[in-house]
Amino acid sequence: MSETDTAKPEMSASSEAMIQIQGMHKWYGEFHVLKDINLNVAKGERIVICGPSGSGKSTMIRCINRLEEHQQGKIIVEGTELTDDVKHIDQIRREVGMVFQHFNLFPHLTVLENCILALIWVRKMSRRDAEEIGMKFLGKVKIPEQARKYPGQLSGGQQQRVAIARSLCMNPSIMLFDEPTSALDPEMIKEVLDTMIQLAESGMTMLCVTHEMGFAKTVANRVIFMDGGEIIEENEPEAFFSNPQHDRTKLFLSQIM
Amino acid sequence: MNVQKQPGPDLAPPASSVGVIGWLRKNLFSSAPNTVLTLVAAYLIYITLVPAFQWAFLNADWVGDSREACDSGGACWVFVAVRFDQFMYGFYPEAEYWRINLAFGLLIALMVPLFIEKFSRKGMLAAFILIVYPVIAYYLFSGGAFGLVHVETSLWGGLSLTLVLAGVGIVAALPIGIVLALGRRSGMPIVRAVSVVFIEFWRGVPLITVLFMSSVMLPLFLPEGTHFDKLLRAMIGIVMFQSAYMAEVVRGGLQAIPKGQYEAAQALGLSYWKTMGLIVLPQALKLVIPGIVNTFIALFKDTTLVLIIGLFDLLATIQSAFSDPNWLGYSVEGYVFAAATFWIFCFSMSRYSQALERKLHTGHAR
Repeated sequence: MSETDTAKPEMSASSEAMIQIQGMHKWYGEFHVLKDINLNVAKGERIVICGPSGSGKSTMIRCINRLEEHQQGKIIVEGTELTDDVKHIDQIRREVGMVFQHFNLFPHLTVLENCILALIWVRKMSRRDAEEIGMKFLGKVKIPEQARKYPGQLSGGQQQRVAIARSLCMNPSIMLFDEPTSALDPEMIKEVLDTMIQLAESGMTMLCVTHEMGFAKTVANRVIFMDGGEIIEENEPEAFFSNPQHDRTKLFLSQIM
Repeated sequence: MNVQKQPGPDLAPPASSVGVIGWLRKNLFSSAPNTVLTLVAAYLIYITLVPAFQWAFLNADWVGDSREACDSGGACWVFVAVRFDQFMYGFYPEAEYWRINLAFGLLIALMVPLFIEKFSRKGMLAAFILIVYPVIAYYLFSGGAFGLVHVETSLWGGLSLTLVLAGVGIVAALPIGIVLALGRRSGMPIVRAVSVVFIEFWRGVPLITVLFMSSVMLPLFLPEGTHFDKLLRAMIGIVMFQSAYMAEVVRGGLQAIPKGQYEAAQALGLSYWKTMGLIVLPQALKLVIPGIVNTFIALFKDTTLVLIIGLFDLLATIQSAFSDPNWLGYSVEGYVFAAATFWIFCFSMSRYSQALERKLHTGHAR
């Protein structure tokens, strides 16, 4: 893991709000799954969201790129409000990249084709330009030699790194991570976390749902604890881990640390 | 303490468990009941297949002009040989056979490059085959232009008619089926309702009634004097019917694609149709190749039902030959020939689908 000092550059003074969530509520039928979520994410901020299963963490970040719909409240991403308007949704999805717990690579395409598919079909690039960008990002996640292989031939850690490269190829300004290492065995978790730390160091705005507290301590500007669909506590990592305020936070931390 | 210092050597398996002897022991003679079953099966094969083989090949007559040539007591393939042209072309005028030959020859020639690995313009070739070739084939078959004599569709028959019906049916049913399957899974209520009604209606009626209604009842509803070609009516009926079945086969494949695939595509900003065309359908269709080819094979055989409306496909042509006074009593040869022809086509489709599955599987190599 990198040194604590170099992994956390100062937040820019202008702190442009990349994501603003105001009074967001979500229901699955009758079930009130997200209650009064208020969150502002500034440019370059790295936020780790933790909490027990079913607390709504994944649902909340999936609302940001409209994989889930919220019924009440506002979500504003880079100045564009997220509504039913398809144009707004497409615009936001182009700026927001997502990495999933189960990778969700396209198994019928090679690793490189996975990365350049959206560049060719959404950004309308030529194949050659797209391949150049694809290889650049595969290099950044340190697996350029796997470009012609199929996802099924790669290990879990390599697949997740391809997934990260695939999202990065679209040049997003925000990256969402939904438990990216939860489906990996311990040997591979490190290589994925290293990639994410490297990404953080480059100044990417990141929202990360994870149980990897070491990662939170290394890289996060803020840690948010959610339970029962609400944000219970949020704080800087040192304060969060050493001095949790709420009882539920204390209970959660005592169980996982 | 037990520590194995070096990996153990690779030994050869015992002789009696591999090779032909091993296979026989394991599969045919592994226990007393199995041995008995093997012997009984061998006996049944002997008493059924051997006489059949003798009848069909060893004692059969292959050459000749009339029934006098059939005197060996076996199958009289002379019957098939003499009437072969009719079985192939129906009532198509003999002078114009070359047009049918040209049409099918052209199709085969166009399709050969699709099977060559290195051929690069497969997309364009496929588009040509699907869009331009049918027009060429239509004019070759029907004529009436470019100096070709017009041949009415009621004269088309035999294997060439079966292939036309099956070909059109197969090529049309798959895309329509895909659209219906997507429609049935759509979030838009009207699209979904229309797809469901279409699928359930066409699946609920037997093909025979569809053909019958199209041929007998449709003219009652049309204004006086409109002539809606009978073959065209039959084709439309077959295509509607089979695309409903195809829709459900494709829907099964669509259901099997994990939601994560849709989500990853959405997160990358792909639109609905790009997600379907690039991500979901390639995977879904590959999954249901067995079901799709099954539907194609069923379609091929269902074309025989056009007999009901007076179109003479291969089977109907052969059956009509039974009433020829010169060739009475050779219906067995006729039916065996029909069965063999159908079997060749259906089995070829089946083998091709297996080869296709093997080839596409390389994308998922683990």
